[in-house]
Amino acid sequence: MRLRYVARKLGWAAVTLLFVLCFNFFLFRIMPGDPAGLLARSQRLTETEIAEQRAIFGLDKPLLSQFWTYLQETFSGNLGTSYLTGLPVLETIGTRVWPTVLLVGVGTTAAVWLGLRMGIKGGWRRGSTFDRSSLYGSLTLYSTPEGWLGMMLLIIFAGSFGWFPVGGYDSGEDYTGLAHVIDVAKHLFLPAATLALGYGASYMIVMRSSLLEVKDEDFIATARAKGLTETMVRRRHAVPNAILPSFTLIVLSFGFVLGGAIVIETIFSYPGIGLLTYQAIDAFDYPVLQGVFLISSVAVVIANLFADVTYGFLDPRIEEV
Amino acid sequence: MTTTDTAVTTLTVSPRRLVWQRRLDALTRSWVLYRHNRQGIVGLGFMLFFIALALAAPLLVSPEDIEPATAQGQPNHSPYAGYPLGTDNFGRSVLDLVIVGSRISLLVGVTATVVAVSLGATIGLVSGYYGGTKIDVGLNAITNWFLVIPWLILAIVLSSILGASVWIIIVVIGVTSWAQPARLIRAQALSVRARPYVERARVLGCSDRAILSRHILPNVAPVIFANAILTVAVAILTETTLSILGLGDATAISWGVIIEQAFSAGAMTNGYWWWMVPPGIAIVCVTLSFTMCGYALDEVLNPKLRGR
Repeated sequence: MRLRYVARKLGWAAVTLLFVLCFNFFLFRIMPGDPAGLLARSQRLTETEIAEQRAIFGLDKPLLSQFWTYLQETFSGNLGTSYLTGLPVLETIGTRVWPTVLLVGVGTTAAVWLGLRMGIKGGWRRGSTFDRSSLYGSLTLYSTPEGWLGMMLLIIFAGSFGWFPVGGYDSGEDYTGLAHVIDVAKHLFLPAATLALGYGASYMIVMRSSLLEVKDEDFIATARAKGLTETMVRRRHAVPNAILPSFTLIVLSFGFVLGGAIVIETIFSYPGIGLLTYQAIDAFDYPVLQGVFLISSVAVVIANLFADVTYGFLDPRIEEV
Repeated sequence: MTTTDTAVTTLTVSPRRLVWQRRLDALTRSWVLYRHNRQGIVGLGFMLFFIALALAAPLLVSPEDIEPATAQGQPNHSPYAGYPLGTDNFGRSVLDLVIVGSRISLLVGVTATVVAVSLGATIGLVSGYYGGTKIDVGLNAITNWFLVIPWLILAIVLSSILGASVWIIIVVIGVTSWAQPARLIRAQALSVRARPYVERARVLGCSDRAILSRHILPNVAPVIFANAILTVAVAILTETTLSILGLGDATAISWGVIIEQAFSAGAMTNGYWWWMVPPGIAIVCVTLSFTMCGYALDEVLNPKLRGR
């Protein structure tokens, strides 16, 4: 049964990705102007040059054979050439992966830790001062655009107080060892804090409401009747049951976090995929945009697959549905 | 005695009027519940204030004042007499910009929501009504696909291909954010479909279309409405994000566009805080007010949530 569940989820992930591929292809071809036309929009090209580009892109061939070539090329790792850098798209994106992984990794971990803790604490004592203030604080943060939040943190903590650098991945000095780590961490702090505050708030709201749902269940009353301490009831019985739905929502929001990272990296000139996307938008570098959409979709689909499979193991009831 | 009284009055009104009478009663009951929700009332107050501001903007600000060529103030000046929130690099009053910006921000938020929710409601209703059939499986797969893919990145890619204009942004936000409402409405439609009166309507020979529009839609409508209010908040935030990335329509001043213009004009490095702070606070207030109203409505409609 388990195997069948995993296989079904794997199949769904494959279909999703295939859809992304089709979507990516037709989006950039049927939209106003084909890739050559779009190229002409960013660079001044003569008619013959455009025709040449058409031939290079294979745009003079029928759509279906174009699609076939596209699939073959994509599966062999060729996502085209960036107009901006002149390098292959995969390589261009590859050099930018690490800062984004670091930012999203640290930011999301902090957001999950903060959100779950606050949600559990608030939900368990519903209506307490802590609960009210953290709920309204979270609602306000949830309503704040990440980009603007980043600008405010930047103005206050990097501008006025001068505690942190205004942007970049490191200061470009030849630090080694611990000095390098501290340098990178200092640059990482504000963008990661923006991400953690923005998304931690929504995780708090989710965790709080799923804890409230569990709190009134019969098994909690049973646990109390057994004579367990309040802490044990919360830790052993309430939280494990409430955390599962939050877990799914957190993973589902992963794609949204990646989108948020684009703005945050732009504000802090953090040289990851997000800043690359911003530069690509500016330069009409469509192959890169296409590549970013494809790669982030792959990341999100894999994250969801991982969550689905873990969920299946953590909660045996899921197989029945 | 009272039962016969109601029976008599029921007989004197036409079925159609009776239906509307009942709907009005239900609405009144919901309003009474809503009125006691402090969060909901505060949210509603703020929301009405901003809607009024957006409608009254042409009376409060004359077009010359926000035209870069004809603006009278000193450029990049901190708050001073006549310019309570300072000026931007063209000498335009930031207060005027924020007032005018409410129009586009709310227009995009509300119109994109109409697009997203009508798309989501149609797909969700049809999918739920035909639950378990091939139509449902197909529509549900599409919905799930849109839920999983990074839709904000899709919105960024779409608007950079299609170009910057208010209407394109509305369509882009609408097309990328309908999946959440669709999933919610499908679940609601599935549960309403199983109720006995739907079966009765079918036995009486109602067509699918009539059942959907007469029996299922009115029951799901409150949920659609509550969800739409929450979607407006998301749409306003998405518009801000797109604008900050330079994908907004620079000719139509929205709060996001003001922030982006301040950012690219170096307001941050020069310390022109008065230019960046007010539009952001306006976005937070509006989004928060819609979110609070949405949550309050959810509580009114969903008895399980009450008292939280």
